[in-house]
Amino acid sequence: MIGRDSEGEAPDRTPSDHADVCVVGAGVAGGLVAHSLATAGHDVVILDAGPRFERSKVMARLEKALRPEHDRTDVWEMGGERDQYTKSLPDGITANLNLQRVKGIGGTTLHWSGGALRLHEKDFNMQSRYGLAADWPIDYADLRPYYASAERELGVAGGDDNPFISREQDAPMPAHPNSPSDRLFQEACEELGIRTHSFPLAINSEVRDGRSQCVGFSTCTPVCPSGAKYSGDVHVRQAESAGARVIDRAPAQSIEHDDDGTSVVAVEYATPSGEVHRQTAQQFVIACGGIETPRLLLLSESDEYPNGLANRSGTVGKYLFSDSSVSVTARIDETANKTPIGYTTMCSDEFYDHDDPTPGTIQLRFDNVDPQSPVETALTGGHSSREQIYKEPIYGGSWGDALLDETQHATDNRTIRITAGLETIPHADSTVTLDRSKTDNHGNPVPHIEFDIGPHVVETGERAIEIMKEIMDTIGAEITSISDPESQRLANHHNGTTRMGSDPSESVVNASLQTHDLSNLWISSSSVFPTSGATAPTLTIAALSLKAADHIDNKLSS
Amino acid sequence: MELTRRDVLAALAATGVAVGTGAVLRSEPGDDGPIGDHEVATLVAVAGVVYPSAVEGVESFVSEYSVTRVRDRPTYAAGVADAVEALDEYTRDWYDEDFADLDAETRDRALSGMDVDHADPDPEGSERERIRYYLVNELLYALFTTPTGGELAGIENPQGTRAGPRPTSGGRTDGGERR
Ligand SMILES: Cc1cc2nc3c(=O)[nH]c(=O)nc-3n(C[C@H](O)[C@H](O)[C@H](O)COP(=O)(O)OP(=O)(O)OC[C@H]3O[C@@H](n4cnc5c(N)ncnc54)[C@H](O)[C@@H]3O)c2cc1C
Ligand code: SF4
Repeated sequence: MIGRDSEGEAPDRTPSDHADVCVVGAGVAGGLVAHSLATAGHDVVILDAGPRFERSKVMARLEKALRPEHDRTDVWEMGGERDQYTKSLPDGITANLNLQRVKGIGGTTLHWSGGALRLHEKDFNMQSRYGLAADWPIDYADLRPYYASAERELGVAGGDDNPFISREQDAPMPAHPNSPSDRLFQEACEELGIRTHSFPLAINSEVRDGRSQCVGFSTCTPVCPSGAKYSGDVHVRQAESAGARVIDRAPAQSIEHDDDGTSVVAVEYATPSGEVHRQTAQQFVIACGGIETPRLLLLSESDEYPNGLANRSGTVGKYLFSDSSVSVTARIDETANKTPIGYTTMCSDEFYDHDDPTPGTIQLRFDNVDPQSPVETALTGGHSSREQIYKEPIYGGSWGDALLDETQHATDNRTIRITAGLETIPHADSTVTLDRSKTDNHGNPVPHIEFDIGPHVVETGERAIEIMKEIMDTIGAEITSISDPESQRLANHHNGTTRMGSDPSESVVNASLQTHDLSNLWISSSSVFPTSGATAPTLTIAALSLKAADHIDNKLSS
Repeated sequence: MELTRRDVLAALAATGVAVGTGAVLRSEPGDDGPIGDHEVATLVAVAGVVYPSAVEGVESFVSEYSVTRVRDRPTYAAGVADAVEALDEYTRDWYDEDFADLDAETRDRALSGMDVDHADPDPEGSERERIRYYLVNELLYALFTTPTGGELAGIENPQGTRAGPRPTSGGRTDGGERR
């Protein structure tokens, strides 16, 4: 691994002398900001807590992902003292943060599924339309040009066939073709008057920007061996080519402000050899994801900011939320023939925009990935899932012909599923705070999460289940399981913990992504989302990052 | 169902061994490393037990896969050799012969007798756990990441196998650069 100090000479991790911008976090958010600003001619330093992942090891990661002997968190080396956290969750709610984030150059997009979706107009105005949650201080129209740029930067394959989204131009690549199993859903939806359309993905449908098109490893989550799936390291590399400097394995410890607390002067970071350095700059961008961003602000408490930096509003760490989901699984008589890919190709936003406040937004996604991997069944001796191993730790005892029988049974190609993404309304008592009873490898208190979903999700989930049952009935499928809307996990998307707003007493950043309290501190992350509809955040993170970069560039140039 | 060269290449690709379609596959171990003829013969013998009987061409598949797989991976090769030694020790105790020299039925009985079928695969575990990891699961991983393994299991393309580019409407279908 490049940057592993045990292998060869340690890279230089001392601070840069005359940095214009210090970006903390090298995921897609940090990568895009750094790339834009370096391209505009500014001197940029990027710090990341994790390592650079060597491209040549990608197949070894694939093997770890596929072989059930390995924990999923091993794939991207998550876990251990660095990544500890604690949680208090009510019954029925689960969270496994270290399966949901990756620390290192590229960040969590190394692991993501590539769904690159825009929010809808209504998502920006939830308070004024429905009296729910809070409005964004910007509208869809403000973000629309940035969405288009973000789609070009990430490389999105998607059609212009979604009648529920207003777009000014096509996505840069054609949509991935529908899977054979999509046809089943499509016919049933047509009969029911439900419009379906392509699912936009930041996965190359053709060769683009020196990256392969998808070649069907079907392991996109957690690792795409071909590089067809976009990940944030693409922009970190491009930022480096434009002159930015990257310091890996350099977790920021705290942020230091000036005497009167109106601007930041330096970020203090640690290195693997135990040194602590200070990176000074004119502008500072925090892009550490929805958990570590509020944590870093809370860790940076001072006399001026006793509740954490940039936290005069008291909202840093509050309003943690993610979208939720429910699913309906069924069996059909014919073979489903899902394609050998690892992603959804068709969805429906028919139930996205709603008239009444509740039930809220529903996004239907038609699964076309066979949930069962023969490798997993075979390597667990006939157990049909990794989950089963956790429940029943003794491995199944089959091999030879008996194992083949079980593997064939588990991958019978007759299971279909619909998943509905559900809008979640953020609550002030779902939080990221510091757990001072436990510390990480640098002696800093670990993050503590509290999270609950509230009744809006449950009611929306119940409505979604009715719709999905109707579709399955129309297909003539036999429903085998329905998930419980009250049992949710904190999904892979961590939003809301440094939210955006126009009122400094109720939010952390303004419409330009600049903190209300400190004029040269910016945040680029889903942590700024006041709401997020029923969809995944990353295209919006990317659009906001490009927007933030524009504002910072203006400031540096003026 | 016959395992072919295409399967060996697919299985190797899923372990990160860089093999082009024109690669020369060796089935003879070199003299130097911990994997010699005996280790390869033992892997073939284990495959005879754990692979479904419908699979043909096991000997050349396993030899070519294993020899190429452990080349340049000394730690892994040592793990395999060590697991073979542990298995032989057990069969010598019980049957006075190395595992590879037993008949098919006794091999199956020996592996089950050692409780390998109910052991957790663990590269750092007990003997039977290491045998499960380095011999049994290693061979099953190889089989079920091949097109033939996928076909056996009943799906078009198992996870971890490069299926080839998907056509898009208007999209190009040539393979791209690896970044
Ligand atoms: C399984 C899975 C599937 C997903 N699928 C989708 C999808 O289909 N569509 C979608 O939109 N989203 C998806 N997501 C979410 C998506 O991956 C994230 O929204 C996105 O990666 C967030 O990017 P980011 O740059 O904001 O944060 P991250 O990528 O998390 O990057 C943050 C970086 O900050 C670094 N960092 C943290 N603390 C510090 C510190 N103190 N000092 C220095 N560096 C620090 C970390 O090391 C990390 O590299 C998925 C996520 C998962 C886990
Ligand atoms: S299916 Fe495509 S995107 Fe997914 S891992 Fe394979 S090549 Fe990458």
